[in-house]
Amino acid sequence: MTTQEIFSRLQSKFEDNDISIETEAVLEPFIVVPSSLIALISEHLCRESDLAFDSLQCLSGVDLSASDETMEIVYHLFSMTHQHDLTLKVIVPKVEPHVPTVEHVWKIANWHEREVYDLYGVVFDGHSDLRRILLPDDWEGHPMRKDYKEPEIYRGMKVPY
Amino acid sequence: MLAQSTASEERKFLELKPFSDEMVVSMGPQHPSTHGVLRLELRLDGEIVREAIPHIGYLHRCFEKHAENLSYQQIVPFTDRMDYIAAMNQNWGFCLAVEELMSADPKFAGVPERAEYLRVLAGELNRIASHLLAFGTYGMDIGAFTPFLYAFRDREKILLLFEKLCGARLTYNYIRVGGVSRDLPPGFLDDVREFIDYFEPKIDEYNALLTNNKIFLERTVGVAIMDEAMAISYGATGPNLRGAGRKWDLRKDEPYSIYDRFDFDIPVGEEIPEAGAVLGDCWNRYKVRMDEMKESVKIIRQVLDGGLPDGPIVAAMKAIRPPAGEVFSRSEAPRGELGFYIVSDGSVKPVRLKAKSPCFCALSALQELSRGLMIADIIAIIGSIDIVMGEVDR
Amino acid sequence: MVQQLSSQFLHLTSLLSVETVTPSEGSAPGGNWAQAFASQFLGFLPGWIGLVLVMSVVAAVFVAVVPLVPLVLVLMERKVSAWIQDRVGPMRVGPWGLLQTLADGVKLIFKEDLIPPQADKFLFRFAPYLIFTCSFAVFAAIPFSQRILVSDLNIGIFYIISISSVVAIGVIIAGWSSNSKWSLFGAMRSAAQMVSYEIPIGLSILTVIMMAQTMSMEGIVAAQNGAFAEGEPIITLLGVEVKGTILDWMIFRSPFTFLAFFVYFLSSIAEVNRTPFDLPEAESELVAGFHTEYSGMRFAVFFIAEYANVFAVCAIAATLFLGGWQGIIDEDQFIPGLLIIFGKTFLLVFVMMWIRWTLPRLRVDQLMNLCWKYLIPISFFNILGTGIWGLFFREDSALSIGLSFLIISLFVVSILGIVFNSFGKLKPADQTALAGNIGAANLQKLKTTWNERHGQQK
Repeated sequence: MTTQEIFSRLQSKFEDNDISIETEAVLEPFIVVPSSLIALISEHLCRESDLAFDSLQCLSGVDLSASDETMEIVYHLFSMTHQHDLTLKVIVPKVEPHVPTVEHVWKIANWHEREVYDLYGVVFDGHSDLRRILLPDDWEGHPMRKDYKEPEIYRGMKVPY
Repeated sequence: MLAQSTASEERKFLELKPFSDEMVVSMGPQHPSTHGVLRLELRLDGEIVREAIPHIGYLHRCFEKHAENLSYQQIVPFTDRMDYIAAMNQNWGFCLAVEELMSADPKFAGVPERAEYLRVLAGELNRIASHLLAFGTYGMDIGAFTPFLYAFRDREKILLLFEKLCGARLTYNYIRVGGVSRDLPPGFLDDVREFIDYFEPKIDEYNALLTNNKIFLERTVGVAIMDEAMAISYGATGPNLRGAGRKWDLRKDEPYSIYDRFDFDIPVGEEIPEAGAVLGDCWNRYKVRMDEMKESVKIIRQVLDGGLPDGPIVAAMKAIRPPAGEVFSRSEAPRGELGFYIVSDGSVKPVRLKAKSPCFCALSALQELSRGLMIADIIAIIGSIDIVMGEVDR
Repeated sequence: MVQQLSSQFLHLTSLLSVETVTPSEGSAPGGNWAQAFASQFLGFLPGWIGLVLVMSVVAAVFVAVVPLVPLVLVLMERKVSAWIQDRVGPMRVGPWGLLQTLADGVKLIFKEDLIPPQADKFLFRFAPYLIFTCSFAVFAAIPFSQRILVSDLNIGIFYIISISSVVAIGVIIAGWSSNSKWSLFGAMRSAAQMVSYEIPIGLSILTVIMMAQTMSMEGIVAAQNGAFAEGEPIITLLGVEVKGTILDWMIFRSPFTFLAFFVYFLSSIAEVNRTPFDLPEAESELVAGFHTEYSGMRFAVFFIAEYANVFAVCAIAATLFLGGWQGIIDEDQFIPGLLIIFGKTFLLVFVMMWIRWTLPRLRVDQLMNLCWKYLIPISFFNILGTGIWGLFFREDSALSIGLSFLIISLFVVSILGIVFNSFGKLKPADQTALAGNIGAANLQKLKTTWNERHGQQK
């Protein structure tokens, strides 16, 4: 099933005009969904037998530039049953970003979301165990953001060298 | 909902109930069989594991942050440091992603055919080396020391081949965007043929020594079953998924490079009721790797027999400056599907580069797999999902 | 009289530590040469002081010489493992690396002696000595030849069992006092393991005692020099009368002692914590088990004691089952008894090393299963069988030994036949199936439990 078909399915199912599709000027078309709907849409995509996106390939945060007000969360889905793929994007504000978790749909989302939380500071609501995963527990800030300033001192060690 | 997520932020360590029979043990980050610097927080009731919580990040070297400040060519050596056991495949996975991004550029001619053959040769040799290490260390985890040295003896031969090929033994930086870094040294193909002629019978020897050993079977058969649904949900790929019985290999199902020209099988786990082997148990995950080495030998033999085409080894390019856009590209590394998500703004540096590591996904299943097993089984699981912490932490 | 006294004395020493054990080793032969020596040369002293002096000298020589055995064994282990693993092993220190273990020892002596700050310092220091002492005290009762025997106790084998089981206490002390959870795991594992495996060991030895009708080690050796050695030679070869002592070895005496030998050997591998039973120090699981926190010379003491134990259990196996210091063909041989028993012992040690470098490790529950569900029932069956065998054949005769040989060879041939016939014809997958014993019923059980545990996710 192509992204376009899935897009029209989603539009009719959720009757939400905020869902939009981007097909021009990109290699892989993607669907932009509002952050409030991502959990529901994910569940729909995973459970419907003709869609059956049973595999979350990748979940990444993207911060395009320091001047932007928003960041993106990108979901790369793949169906092991039908062998089609789909890219979903959620636009979140940089200030207090909140996205519902998709952990209950794909178990791997647990760690992926922790990583995005760790590096981008996006809070995944409803996540069972939202802690830092790659960085130390006492790290301050979220380093993959473009506006991140590295600390002068970490545990008494001078950071910039 | 919100309150819950912030509350769990505070919960950094396991709570230990005083006066209970349970004890909390920290296994790692310095431990002989955590395959690097993995730390497991074990809550134990005697030898029984109630909970095993993985803590990762000890080898986090900010690969993704670094990549945002480097040109595409400069990133290649950084991919070496991810899965240092199979660096060729990591180079390859990254280059595939960049090449896919560049395919929108009409000036990019594509990877020359000779380079594709060289990539297959290097990639499959590295797959054997990687699986050999997995086999050897798994034997050592289970307590048999000798297979480890046999595996290293044979891996050494592959490393010597790579040293001839690109001068490095571990971090090759051989596969570059648009091709490979250098052509074959004289006599290299004969050396490869000599190696695979030597190596192919050895696989059966190793199977006799370890795979079918009674004690080894007792330790691994039926232990920590990760069935197909669970493997897919946890994003486990490669041998871990195939061990669960799913015939899925990107080289066959979504052939990249020139894999569609070769004839090889995808080994999958098998259910052997008499032995008790269940799809997705430790033994099947391990066995798939042993069988995959044979298939890799098959592919290498076809490369050698078919003869390499002449021609350039790298596409002529002025600078690697992919057009703006984004791509998610996957390739079949020895430990599973390695994905690279690259966002480009048309400059020489990526805006965002995310590496989806197969080990990261497989390791996240450990907590569920290990519940209710014994300490010795934890070791068996870690070995059977075959993690490299460099790739998990990036 | 003296023997009785000394045995009581020794019995006491099994409960005490180093200072009391060493004189006791000398005290045992006091009945003959030590007392004679004392009265002849130290007659001016009161009798008991002379005896103590002689005993002390003997003990000092003994303690100085016996640790050489572990030194040789460590080198042998490294060389054997190297050959098995397609390596050359240590080659740099001395010719063919012969001095490697000496260099290692020197290194260990010079290393810093670390004691973890939270450890129980007294027990931490005490444990290595306890283990060391008990391991070496065992040697006192092993007859190395007709003349080299520190003490011929009338309860020799009982003494050996009792004193070697004290090692388990030492291991527990070491693990507990280190105040490390990994050490404690190792200690608990080894306590469970040693205590469990002592039962099949004891029962297997009991079959030998029943056959020999004595607990004295020398007596057991003498009992393996029975009918055939005394009687007519089987054949005369180059003027040497081949009398066939080998037929009198305990292992061939009856089918049950034959079985008992293997039970003993298996259990003793577990008793000395070697692969596939090396759970107390499983390096891939428990880092180093009960001696994780030890370093320097204290670690070396554990190491030496471990190899002394290996040598001791193999020497005991050689003495009890393989005729001790007696040769293969005849009793009055050209080769000295010391060389013969060393040869037999090193052969068994080699087999242990061979096993160690070939097999993986069992899990704790499988280890206990093997002991309690297989080895102990087999041992009881052996004792019953030996008793019945003894009823029928009160004296060793050609009939009894012939019958025993017949049964043993039938047994061996049928096992080999089963293995080769069924294994050779099968496809690799079926070979795996045969090798695995978990079985179809277990598979179903596994699946059910799996579904119960993960039912909700499907």
